[in-house]
Amino acid sequence: MRHLIDINDLSIEEIDRLIAVADDIIADPQKYAEVCHGKKLATLFFEPSTRTRLSFEAAMMELGGNVLGFSSADSSSSAKGESVSDTIRVVSYYADVIAMRHPKEGAPRVASAVSDVPVINAGDGGHNHPTQTLTDLLTIHREKGRLSDMTVGLCGDLMFGRTVHSLISAMSRYENVKFILISPPELRVPDYITQTVLKRRGCEYEVAESLDSSMEKLDILYMTRIQRERFFNEADYLRLKDTYILDTDKMALGKPDLSVMHPLPRVNEIDTAVDADPRAAYFRQAKYGKYIRMALILMLLGKEI
Amino acid sequence: MNIDSINNGIVLDHITAGKSMQIYKLLNLDRLDCSVAIIKNVKSSKMGRKDIIKIDEAIDVNLDVLGYLDPDITVNIIRNGVRIQKLKLSPPEELVNVISCKNPRCITTTEPQIPQIFYLSGEDKPVYRCRYCDSERK
Repeated sequence: MRHLIDINDLSIEEIDRLIAVADDIIADPQKYAEVCHGKKLATLFFEPSTRTRLSFEAAMMELGGNVLGFSSADSSSSAKGESVSDTIRVVSYYADVIAMRHPKEGAPRVASAVSDVPVINAGDGGHNHPTQTLTDLLTIHREKGRLSDMTVGLCGDLMFGRTVHSLISAMSRYENVKFILISPPELRVPDYITQTVLKRRGCEYEVAESLDSSMEKLDILYMTRIQRERFFNEADYLRLKDTYILDTDKMALGKPDLSVMHPLPRVNEIDTAVDADPRAAYFRQAKYGKYIRMALILMLLGKEI
Repeated sequence: MNIDSINNGIVLDHITAGKSMQIYKLLNLDRLDCSVAIIKNVKSSKMGRKDIIKIDEAIDVNLDVLGYLDPDITVNIIRNGVRIQKLKLSPPEELVNVISCKNPRCITTTEPQIPQIFYLSGEDKPVYRCRYCDSERK
């Protein structure tokens, strides 16, 4: 039984294959319109989400499959105290594949241990969000035509930002990718990421506090939101939330072929005036999320086209 | 100070001084009916000071627990008064239900029936991380 819990569950070859399938879906969506006819995706969202849940559901619908599930823990039996394992055991009798978001870190790993069908981690607290990473990789591939030989700037909350950790982990496996890690000192990338990923894989990286001085070096700028829900202390959140705001002045410092990404939702870390800049790739990124999830569902259901 | 030698049992030698009580508890030696000697702060030419535990019964010792707590321990198996085996330890690749995750965001904190599994993460020093949330056990 194949699951996707952590982006490192996939080899580079598998990621490249998923990206190739996503490219093909974009080129010829009609070819895939009935591939999952009769199959059901359960979206089990114990925590609210807009993009991830809807993109999973849209992905399955565009493959000709059906969708069932819930969008908050309040509307599931977990509100009555049911364990993750029990919920998943039951749902795996009703669906062919499960996409699951849970506020507790490691919940999808627990689910995968008892499920009779593939489990996809659609985000577990501040821990992993592998389909966002796949979305990010497809976006970089679509924007740049490659996943190697570039400088990637990651800006904002690099400590609690799960998308950042997964993206570093995934991109560090490609050749000649340099990282510039831009954050306030309190929100730097955790040591285990620098120790177990960047240093071990011999990646060049730079720790910075200024977005302005980093702009000219970047091929990709990955902005993140400083997330209120990850802080135990409201005062810390309020002090740090406006540290970086990308506006048109800062964009003027960037390369002409820079691509700006953001996992969304944004609050105010990207000024809406930047949206009109063709280098703003974050809405295209959200669109690619559906295609890569289609490719992933196909892979986990063993559908070769 | 004299402690009788044992006839059939186990001697845990070269325990880092001060760790013997922790090992006593984690190996559940308090549940044994046989004689167990904890000898603390023994002079050692190699270590300066060390602790020793002698167990006067041939029990199964959880080597993973020992390898996690103190991989420099030597485990001596004694039969008929003679050491028949000397085991060297190394940090185990996986620990199951030995230590627990302290990350308040981890699923194991709200669902206590989940087994506590830690894996040895290949870092500069031996670090154990929770199988579910990857938090380091400090």
